[in-house]
Amino acid sequence: MMGATASEAPLLRIDTLTKTFGGFVALDNINVEIRKGERFGLIGPNGSGKTTLVNCISGALRPNRGAVLFAGEDITSLPPNLRSHRGIARSFQIPRPFRSMTVLANLMVALDFAAHGHLFETEQHRREAAMAILGRIGLAAKAFTPTTTLTQVELRKMELARAMATGPKLLISDEAMAGLSASEVDEVLDLLMSLGGEDIAIIMIEHIMQAVMRFSERVMCLDAGKIIAIGAPADVMANPRVQEAYLGV
Amino acid sequence: MRRGSIAFWCGALVFLAAVFALTQLLQNEYPFFAGYVILQFVVLSVAWTILGGYAGYVNFGTNAFFGVGVYTAVVLVQVFQASLGVQILTAAVVGSLLGLGVGLLTLRMRGIFFSIATIALAIIIETAVTNWRFVGGAAGIQLQRPPVTAPFDSYVKLLFFVQAVLVVIAVAVTRFIQNSRIGRGLQALRDDELAAECTGVPTLRLKLLACVISGALISAGGAPAAMYLQYANPEAAFDLNYSISVLAMSLIGGTAHWIGPVLGAILLGTTQQFLQVTISSEVNVLVLGIMLVLFVIAAPRGIIGLVTRFAGKGGRA
Repeated sequence: MMGATASEAPLLRIDTLTKTFGGFVALDNINVEIRKGERFGLIGPNGSGKTTLVNCISGALRPNRGAVLFAGEDITSLPPNLRSHRGIARSFQIPRPFRSMTVLANLMVALDFAAHGHLFETEQHRREAAMAILGRIGLAAKAFTPTTTLTQVELRKMELARAMATGPKLLISDEAMAGLSASEVDEVLDLLMSLGGEDIAIIMIEHIMQAVMRFSERVMCLDAGKIIAIGAPADVMANPRVQEAYLGV
Repeated sequence: MRRGSIAFWCGALVFLAAVFALTQLLQNEYPFFAGYVILQFVVLSVAWTILGGYAGYVNFGTNAFFGVGVYTAVVLVQVFQASLGVQILTAAVVGSLLGLGVGLLTLRMRGIFFSIATIALAIIIETAVTNWRFVGGAAGIQLQRPPVTAPFDSYVKLLFFVQAVLVVIAVAVTRFIQNSRIGRGLQALRDDELAAECTGVPTLRLKLLACVISGALISAGGAPAAMYLQYANPEAAFDLNYSISVLAMSLIGGTAHWIGPVLGAILLGTTQQFLQVTISSEVNVLVLGIMLVLFVIAAPRGIIGLVTRFAGKGGRA
């Protein structure tokens, strides 16, 4: 009985969230719940509030009103590092590697300061854990490469690997496929799908529609800071308001 | 790592033994008088690098921490005739508290705003000391050195040895930070503060820690200057040249590794002492400026950057 209610409780709950910048309402009364392990697509035209929502979830921004609840706990006023410890990880729309470090060191930062740090007591353990993640992501060969020499797709993967190294329950991928070739998109998508299979909920922000359709169990479309549609990918795409706002039909 | 530590501590012991042997063998006081200043700059530069280099928060208020160290010593001597050890330890505590205060007030600022805030801090403290009669006010204050104790035969030699011990402490602390998670966290927040926070790095706490440790070491390094000069006045103790010299030494040496500021301070400190004797103390500042410009253009990562470039491999994390 207890187990059943626990699994039904949402992992993330956004409750009447509003964020304004001066007079501009970037997010207007957003309510949404995301389940444990759910693959969730977030779409919307440029400037519709997608990244602002991600920033409110990850802690880079504080909302003006409303609350963010994670695993039942109100995290609205927590700084990003404590949210990371609770299990929220993200990648950035424009990759933000630690430029003075190698790929491996980027992951080591995450492992050094992770909440589950006791599992990786020694430097050796952390190094092995980092190498294991790089192996899964397909970057093991680049472990000792400085991040400044990585290609775009490698940078995207490195950011996902670094996010994975924090041991997330929720991973937010902010346009991880922007600017990638078709085969690279498939590569990153497969990667995200495989992570989703491990009880990690994933919010994927993306403009590439095939990717969103293939990936998501549910899709939410934002326009001018409001939710205009939410539900199964096909239903959302068929919604006339989405087509008008997003696809410009 | 372990073998490195053994080598480091052996080197530190050899260094202290050599310094001690010199104080016993050399009669002339002058080399110690000049050497003291160089060692003092090694302490300041290494300490500065923790915040200015590793964390990337450029502190222009080195003179504030230095002057606070000097005047902590002055107050202790005036009130208790406190011993040199007590002066230095208390200066470290006061410096760490000042660092904490500065950190809490200013660390939410970034880049140039932080740097300007640290300059303002120095001016505020200097003004306060200038108007404090008990420590001599603007005119300054004469201090009496206590009689020197064996095994040293002059107080300057004693101070030289004490400053050498402070060098070892400052370098050991900085080296520990560099090789620990703290160092990696500081490096991460220097590269990208938001990304570091989202990766779980407690950036504010690490920055405060860097401020506290850096401040404590700079004030400790400044405390013996009161007895070294037997005189303290606000203008000299809070001289902005301390900030500029330390910044130049750290940048010229390179801030990616603790050895950088050590090399920078020895190179520039020696040059300065040499010029001071042969030409004039004013030329010092000119040469400092020229060297800084040359290095910024030709070797932006300092001596360390040059060495690693020619050695053909990246520096240690």
